[in-house]
Parts: sequence; structure tokens; C-alpha cells
Amino acid sequence: MPDIDPAAIPSTTDRRWPGLLAIALIVASAALAFAWTAGWLTPGRLTPQRFTDAIEAANGQVWQGFRRAHAKGVCVAGYFEGNGQGQALSSARVFAPVRTPFVGRLSIGGGSPYGLDNQARVRSMALQLDSDDGQQWRMAMNSFPFFGVSSVQAFHEQTLANAPDPATGKPDPARQAAFAAAHPEFARFAAWAKSAPWPTSWANTTFNGVNTFRFVNRAGEVHDVRWSMQPRAAFAAMTPEQRAAADGDFLGEDLGARLAQGPLRWDMLVTVAQPGDAVADPSQSWPEDRRRVNVGSVVIESATPQATGACRDINYDPLVLPAGVQGSDDPILAARSAVYSVSFNRREHEIAGGKAAAATGRAAPQEATP
Amino acid sequence: MNRPTPSPRPPRHFNLVARVLHWSMALAILAMLFVGVGMVASLSLRPVLVDLHRPLGIAILLLVIVRLINRLRHPPPPLPADLPRAHAFAARASHWLLYTLMFAMPLVGWSMLSAGGYPVTIFKGFALLPIAPHHATIYAVLRSAHTWLALLLFATVLMHLAAALFHAWVRRDGVFASMARGALALPPPAAADADLESVEDKPIAPAPTNQRQQ
Repeated sequence: MPDIDPAAIPSTTDRRWPGLLAIALIVASAALAFAWTAGWLTPGRLTPQRFTDAIEAANGQVWQGFRRAHAKGVCVAGYFEGNGQGQALSSARVFAPVRTPFVGRLSIGGGSPYGLDNQARVRSMALQLDSDDGQQWRMAMNSFPFFGVSSVQAFHEQTLANAPDPATGKPDPARQAAFAAAHPEFARFAAWAKSAPWPTSWANTTFNGVNTFRFVNRAGEVHDVRWSMQPRAAFAAMTPEQRAAADGDFLGEDLGARLAQGPLRWDMLVTVAQPGDAVADPSQSWPEDRRRVNVGSVVIESATPQATGACRDINYDPLVLPAGVQGSDDPILAARSAVYSVSFNRREHEIAGGKAAAATGRAAPQEATP
Repeated sequence: MNRPTPSPRPPRHFNLVARVLHWSMALAILAMLFVGVGMVASLSLRPVLVDLHRPLGIAILLLVIVRLINRLRHPPPPLPADLPRAHAFAARASHWLLYTLMFAMPLVGWSMLSAGGYPVTIFKGFALLPIAPHHATIYAVLRSAHTWLALLLFATVLMHLAAALFHAWVRRDGVFASMARGALALPPPAAADADLESVEDKPIAPAPTNQRQQ
């Protein structure tokens, strides 16, 4: 090739550059996209991890191995007995007239496993039903009749507003007032918290699913529903004096005494939404005249301490659902699922790491404290 | 393999099954990595992404079994003879790692959910049986392993991508083409190669010691 000027031929090195540059750009873009998806590039984005961090901050400390919310509770066991009425709404096996065993948990609100029962405004019931078709249904219900806020962002702000002020060790009233002012829907919850009676027992407390779910029956018909567990035990409210005098662990003591007399029952009442009802906003109740169907009974037969009970290593994620039940567009539902998962991962790691003596029953529990 | 040839010359291209599996799994694995890292960081998309993550993971597990069998029955084309030894070693090691992780990730995920007491729901109404006992410590170890192995897999995939493009755009040695497509037209005897096939398809000298991992 004597006629060709050697300078006109790009050297090997020159020809490599465009390719190498393109490769570097492609790999870097992929890595950046991955990091963005993971939330690593956006410290301001609210993630389940950051939400859980806020809950831990609001708790004032981390109680290793315990749930980050509703930390104090007991494991319970029993069965759900369907009466067949729910089958028109959902194909879930539990609604057939059969007994479905469950591992459950009764608890009080708050992040401390040593919280005072007589100061806990919120109580809760969680169930894991294992039906004989091999499917599972997990529920997490609360004693409040509706959620305090309608959005995940507001839920986070509420958590931050309840964090203790380092100066006083108590939530900053100004911050709480600012939160309430910014979220008018919270006023209804505040009014409930202030005026609702305090039942004398877990056994006579109503537990509400609060979030909307979709029931799908065998014909494929879909209904938006919410449900409540209505106690059979006679309702009785504590007077302020009774409440002030009550032991900080009175709920567990009362539960043991009642179970010694026999099982405890709740009726599962399913409320069916009408078009236009607030299905995606758990802070809004549905009108009182909505159809309610009694679909069966929750029967608790026994209780065990959570440190050694079967409920300890269960994440009561309300989106673990059987065929015939689906989640809804309620944003709080998805957020609960996400945050519960982080809470579960953290406490299971603490237990695995041997850092959770009290949570696993290897150390004596503390007395209940305010 | 992809063309009738009377001589025992090693194949220059992965067979069709290998190529289809490679590219479909490449998409699936990339999707899995993004779905996985996204679902644990989202307060709203988690339910949708979890429902996608589990069946896709099991699908990848099934596909990698088919892929391994195909690979054992149809050895891949050899690496170019002039590939530096360090490159050849990196190619072999990274492919072993990719295969290991393609098996490990779904199995760790499945056993992790088992150890966490979760139903391993693949689609509504169908769950796999647990393959590990419900136990806090086992769950914690597997849960962390799933994250770290996912990050290792993503890093390995990026290196694999970079290496593949390096072969395609810098070395131009036919390695990328061996997975990108099958052989072109039936070759008339020997010398026609240069006319019928691109420069990427130039004959590769057999180099059995450099057997490339797919």
C-alpha cells in the first residue's frame, strides 16, 4: 500500500477511544439509574427506611428486637370460624363454614415494649390465618375507627411531630399544633382520641381494618370493603379514676384471667362500599347505612408472651392476602406494608445478632414505664 | 452447530437456544435487579413490584436450569486465541460467577421468604412450599445475603456488559457477534468467509483452553 499516506490511517489507539468512551457512558448510566432507583441519589425522598428511622426517632430510642410500632403485646392463638355469609363477597376459603386456625397478636400503640396500658390510646389486633387450601391471610387492625391522616406524607409528618424534643423529652406542642393545622382531617382523629371511651379489656375492644380492601367472589365480582372485629364480650368503659389506678400491664393480666374462663369471641363485620365512598382515604369513614355482613367469628383460645410466642417472628403485613382478597388504592396500605417490612428486617437482624435479650425472653422484662 | 460443516471445527456462534435464553434472561435479570432495589425503597410501588419480583425470580431459576443443560450439551465457541490470558481468566471467572448468582439469587430469595415465615406467593392463590425453617437468624442471614448478592450480580452484569461491548467496539474479534446472532448464510468453501461475513466473523483459531463461559 505504498500510495497511502500513513498519517491518514488512524492509529490503533485513536480508534479505541470512541468505543471506550461509549462503553464508559453506558455502564455509568446503568449504574446511575440503579442508584437512583435505590434512592441513594435522593436523600430527600421518603423511603420505607427513612420512614422507619422517623418512627425510631419518635420512639426516643430503639428497643432491639421489638417491633418499631405497637411494640408491646402478647401472642394469641385460636381460630376463625366462617359462617358462609362471606362467600357471596369473597372466594377466600376462610369464609366457608370451616375453622381456620390463626396465630395472632394483641398489642397497644407506641414504640416502647414497656408502655403503660392505661395510657395507650390505641390498641390493636393482628391475625395470621392459615386456611386449609394452603393460603394465608394476614390482618392488622386497630381500635381507632378511621386513620388519622389520608396520605403517606402526612403520616410521616405526624410521626415527626410526635418525636420527643431533646430539651424536654416530650413532643413539642407547637410542632404538633402545626401538624394538626396543616392536616385538617386529623381533627377527627384527635376528637376520637379525646372523647372515645376506654374499654376495660382487649376482649371488649372493637378492632377496625380501617384500610379498604377488594373482595372478589367466585363470579369475579369485586366489592370494596372494610371490616371490623366486634367483640362479644360486654362493653364496659373505664372511668378516668379507674384508668389512673389501673396497672400498666392490666390488659395482659385481664386477658389471662378471661382466657382462664373460656375463649374470647369477636364477630367479623364486613362493610361494603357504595360508589363514591372514600375507598382510597382511610381517614374518611363511610356512611353508617352501608351494608354490613357478619361473615364469621374470631375466637381466641390462648395467649403466650411475645418473647417466646409464635407471633414474634411474624410480620403482620396487611397485604399478605389469599385469593379472593386484594389490596386497594389506599396509599396508607402500601406504605404500611413497606414500613412493616423494614421494621421486621431490623428486629430479626437484631435477634440474629444476639442484641435482643429482652425481646427474646433471655432477659427479664422491665416494668412498664411511662 | 449452526451450519453444516464437515470438519470438527468448533462453533463460532452460540446456538439459537443459548442466544434466546441469553437475551431474554439479560432483560429479565436487569428488570429483576431494578424491581428489587426499587421495591424495597418505595412506599407506594412495593405491592406491585413484589408481585412481579417473585414470579420473575422463579422464572429465571427455571430458565437458568434449561440454560445450563443446553450449555453442557452445546459447548460455547472458544475465546479468540489472541485474547490476553488475564482477559481470558476474567471471562471464565465472571461467567462462573454469573451462573452461580443466577442460581443463587432465586434460591436465596425463596429460602429467605421461607425463613421469614412469608408465603412464597407466585401468583394469586399459588404459593411455593417453604425450603427453609421459619427462624429469625436464618432469615436475617439470608435477607442480607439477598441484598449483597444482588449488588454483586449487578456489578458483574455491568462488567459483563462492558466486556461484551469492548469485544464488539474495541477488539472487534467476533466474540460479541457469537452471541448477538447466528452464522450468516451457508458458507461456500473456506475463502468466502471474508466476503460473506463481517469482519467480526473472521475465523477464530480453535483455542480449547479458552473455552468461554456463556
